[in-house]
Amino acid sequence: MTETLSTPAAGELNAEGLLDAYRTMRTIRVFEERVHDEFATGEIPGFVHLYAGEEASATGVCSHLDARDSIASTHRGHGHCIAKGVDPVEMMAEIYGKRTGSCHGKGGSMHIADLSKGMLGANGIVGGGPPLICGTALAAKQQNNGGVGVAFFGDGASNQGTTLESLNLASVWNLPAIFVAENNGYAEATASTWSVAADNIADRAAGFGMPGVIVDGFDFFAVHEAAGEAISRAREGGGPTLIEVKFTRYFGHFEGDQQAYRADEVANARDKLDCLKRFRARVTESGQLESSALDTVDSEVAALIESAVTEAKAAPKPTGVDLETDVYVSY
Amino acid sequence: MMAAPAKAPERSATTAAPQLTIGKALNHALRAAMEADPKVLIMGEDVGKLGGVFRITDGLQKDFGEHRVLDTPLAESGIIGTAIGLAVRGFRPVCEIQFDGFVFPGFDQIVSQLAKLHFRSQGKVKVPIVVRIPFGGGIGAVEHHSESPESLFSHTAGLRLVSCSNPVDAYWMLQQAIRCDDPVLFFEPKKLYHTGSLKETVDPTASPDPLFASRVLRSGTAATLVTYGPSVRVCLDAAIAAAEEGTSLEVIDLRTLSPLDLEPVFESVRKTGRLIAVSEAPSESSLTSEIAARVQQECFYSLEAPVLRVTGFDTPYPPTKLEEYYLPDLDRVLHTVDRALTW
Ligand SMILES: Cc1ncc(C[n+]2csc(CCOP(=O)(O)OP(=O)(O)O)c2C)c(N)n1
Ligand SMILES: [Mg+2]
Repeated sequence: MTETLSTPAAGELNAEGLLDAYRTMRTIRVFEERVHDEFATGEIPGFVHLYAGEEASATGVCSHLDARDSIASTHRGHGHCIAKGVDPVEMMAEIYGKRTGSCHGKGGSMHIADLSKGMLGANGIVGGGPPLICGTALAAKQQNNGGVGVAFFGDGASNQGTTLESLNLASVWNLPAIFVAENNGYAEATASTWSVAADNIADRAAGFGMPGVIVDGFDFFAVHEAAGEAISRAREGGGPTLIEVKFTRYFGHFEGDQQAYRADEVANARDKLDCLKRFRARVTESGQLESSALDTVDSEVAALIESAVTEAKAAPKPTGVDLETDVYVSY
Repeated sequence: MMAAPAKAPERSATTAAPQLTIGKALNHALRAAMEADPKVLIMGEDVGKLGGVFRITDGLQKDFGEHRVLDTPLAESGIIGTAIGLAVRGFRPVCEIQFDGFVFPGFDQIVSQLAKLHFRSQGKVKVPIVVRIPFGGGIGAVEHHSESPESLFSHTAGLRLVSCSNPVDAYWMLQQAIRCDDPVLFFEPKKLYHTGSLKETVDPTASPDPLFASRVLRSGTAATLVTYGPSVRVCLDAAIAAAEEGTSLEVIDLRTLSPLDLEPVFESVRKTGRLIAVSEAPSESSLTSEIAARVQQECFYSLEAPVLRVTGFDTPYPPTKLEEYYLPDLDRVLHTVDRALTW
């Protein structure tokens, strides 16, 4: 049942939609590159896993989503947050562990969440997200509001029992759920060509009785089209889809990773495959957008991220009192 | 064998006993265990080529081969379950869990299968598995990466839990755990793995203390501190600081967390009359509550003050900026000692 899509048309996106998509991808990229730089100064605590290189996946999928829809993310969650509309300024403060952050500094990079945006959270537990999405998808189905749930997870997570249980559940209940397997080639140092027994993660879809699709994760338009089909099918009661998005992460598994396990595949990807470069080339060559419009977005994004960092650094830390709040609803 | 305040490295001319950190001592222990018994296998996520996320299995796959040091897909339940199958067929698997909080996908296999097979088979089946779990906080990470889940397991009969606090114990206790015929959960104080100042001379020709025994690390008269794992350092430092003020504290390293070996603690409390139990884990229904309950039963007439506790909070493990409030530290321990002394 697995099919590989050929490069599709730009879909139904008009100039405004294209510009939004570009802005989202660009925001994720600049956010991540800045976190990379700031992490090196030692000011950002904890473990940080960066999404740079993978922007087309979160953006291509989330550009179809609205307030009814929810997503579950992973430890590499900044991109999913931004694409689902979480405020980058609050996110930066969260990553700095500050009180003004999306989770009041209690989540940090690996647990950023904003339920008001339908973002169920990044997740420190690999495979933690997919079951939650079965729940929000079942809720949408019972409430009959046309909403969908999207679970993003990695190639490593695709081998976790929770993920496989969720694929089956979603199919058994014919849920409006989309499973986006982000295959960046590695789970930490473990190659997905080894750890995934099938040739492709999407091949497993057949075993769960749902469609499986493979897309080039560097191509925003390919992701956008595949996700669009899957999401409209789900909204109309057609059940779940497994989409495998293939690409490379630009940074190490976490900030500080020596990356001895991989040869330099990044230089080539950044140079030849990069989602932002390809997007820009395509929309300007086709005449859909002017280069200058994209340049304007670039400078707006640069200013946004700059102020996010300045605000995050200046924001207050949580205090000991914050430690004991919000464990229970009432006391 | 005391994890005493750093003393000058002892190097004799005849033995070339190495100076090791806890992390290196564990690595040497795994190597020694694999050399001694061809049935010992290591398995886990990235334990092979990478040598583990904390490099505890560094170099072992290269030297012992892929059939003895197995990289696994990301699947904790599968890892533990596979180890059980191997164990009932005569192997001695040592599973690595990358961080404390990642043991939970494997919790079901540990609690429902591993802990119960011996009992269920009327003692016919042995399941000699070691599950290594780096635990505790202080490394600037968040929930799932800094937790102390030991009492979730100590509540389960059939499992043995131990924790080391210094390189010499790390070296011997891990080998003893691997030789043990019961399943052993081996809790490693991850924040101390690579602490150079804790290096000790590890003499592979020495004879170790028994595995399932607590140990008095420092004797004292005014009050007893009982602890384990990463908090042992905090308690020893507290005892040194208290000594400067003229207060003599006894420090006991539990080493075995389940079943507990509390006889040395009872004996100590009969002498000092005061007990403070220290652990990073949340306090409710924890090892420190168990200790408090048993000490008041056994030593009621010796107690000059209630058993007091210095623990983590009953909250999820907090992110970095709140860690300093959460973790037991020198000040909290000394403050609690004062409370016990002035009760
Ligand atoms: C249950 C669990 N086991 C192990 C880990 C440690 N860990 C964090 S990320 C990761 C690899 C995940 O790989 P993948 O799913 O491919 O996502 P990627 O990092 O490539 O985005 C591992 C093993 C974890 N966080 N949770
Ligand atoms: Mg991956």
